[in-house]
Amino acid sequence: MTDPPVPYRVLDTRPETADTVTFRLAPAGRALPPFAPGQFAMLYAFGVGEAPVSVAGILPDSGLMHTVRAVGAVSRALHRLRSGDVVGVRGPFGTGWDLPLAAGDDLLVVAGGIGLAPLRPLVQAVLAAPQGYGRLNVLVGARSPDDLLYREELGGWALPYCGVTVDRAGAGWPGRVGLVTALLDQARFSPAETTAFICGPEVMIRATARELLHRGVLPQRILISLERNMHCATGHCGHCQLGPLLLCRDGPVVGYDRAEHLLTVREL
Amino acid sequence: MMGHGGLFAALPEGRREALLAIAREVKYPVGSRIFEEGGRADRFWVVNTGTVALDLHVPGRRAAVIDTVGPGELLGWSWLFPPHHWHLGAQATGEVGAWEFGADSVRALCARDPELDHALLMYVSETIGKRLRSARTRLLDLYGPAGSGQLR
Ligand SMILES: Cc1cc2nc3c(=O)[nH]c(=O)nc-3n(C[C@H](O)[C@H](O)[C@H](O)COP(=O)(O)OP(=O)(O)OC[C@H]3O[C@@H](n4cnc5c(N)ncnc54)[C@H](O)[C@@H]3O)c2cc1C
Repeated sequence: MTDPPVPYRVLDTRPETADTVTFRLAPAGRALPPFAPGQFAMLYAFGVGEAPVSVAGILPDSGLMHTVRAVGAVSRALHRLRSGDVVGVRGPFGTGWDLPLAAGDDLLVVAGGIGLAPLRPLVQAVLAAPQGYGRLNVLVGARSPDDLLYREELGGWALPYCGVTVDRAGAGWPGRVGLVTALLDQARFSPAETTAFICGPEVMIRATARELLHRGVLPQRILISLERNMHCATGHCGHCQLGPLLLCRDGPVVGYDRAEHLLTVREL
Repeated sequence: MMGHGGLFAALPEGRREALLAIAREVKYPVGSRIFEEGGRADRFWVVNTGTVALDLHVPGRRAAVIDTVGPGELLGWSWLFPPHHWHLGAQATGEVGAWEFGADSVRALCARDPELDHALLMYVSETIGKRLRSARTRLLDLYGPAGSGQLR
């Protein structure tokens, strides 16, 4: 049985790009158990429907931050939220990023597009306790400079390496153009003592994971978030099944050692 | 072994010095044009600092930047293949420092040293392969609406 959604109130909203918005939520009554970076909530837009959305920020007093890109009915309804509106929230769901696995390691955080949202609280957790890790590198790929999330925040992160690249640049873009993997040459990490966290479109995840394997990062130290479409979020409906994995329960974060062969399976 | 250590790491023992002996250290200020599409491709560079934008001239518009080359990477491969003309233009987007290599001198060195010749050819091929994969992947517009994966 699934628990009913719990009402959360929208504190504020902030446009990130033309089609993406970030909002902060606070419990309107009872709070859900605490979320961890990499986990997701089912957000229910009343009268429209429910969608899985990662936590993009874990706030004091059980508050949550989410970043949503409008692609269909539910995400468009979430995109239209205004402060004071109420949404239904279920969760926390999913495995989350295994940060203890990375203790003492160099960290590679590789994000593509909206994939930066679930990685943001991970970066914040590491920045809050930097002594527990080696060098933190953040590599971001986006469609264009206008599609970059958390632009100001990215600029403010004090990191050994923070690189951004875009698929196509408009006039005046002084930065990199090309795939996010091209940034790896500038990142500071010792492959054998590195844990990587990757989220983005699956083609980008595969290309990044393969490149990291080639450079000597261990497959079990390459953690990927597979955000395939899901439905119930409780491992019952089978909507998000990938081979033996039910991604809502066994994922979305999985080790590349388990996921590699599944990612190349052609869907029927 | 080819790979991610840049051109010098891809060369067999002792060849780095031989190649550097015929190199020239150059600097390009921000915004300067390093080469132009259609121009004679008689040299190449290994970028040390800064970033170079590769662009394609589109009439009536600003040149479209389609790739960038950063520190440790090879700038220019058209010197290797006839008709030895640049396919793209190159502009320094920041202060750029690089090693510059004259194609004739490198060819003369390679003619005397088949191992170096092979390693260099492998490295340039790998670079071209990477850029081809990058261009092909971006054709999919992966970050487009709903991660479409549709060809543009
Ligand atoms: C674990 C998890 C975490 C997620 N986190 C976020 C997040 O933080 N921010 C965010 O904006 N989105 C996130 N998503 C994606 C989000 O759930 C979907 O965009 C949403 O469910 C689409 O519902 P819709 O009714 O708006 O559109 P629909 O009408 O259901 O779909 C619109 C289009 O989007 C495609 N689509 C739907 N879901 C996905 C998906 N998961 N992957 C790729 N394409 C999809 C559909 O095929 C269709 O083409 C996450 C998904 C998962 C599984």
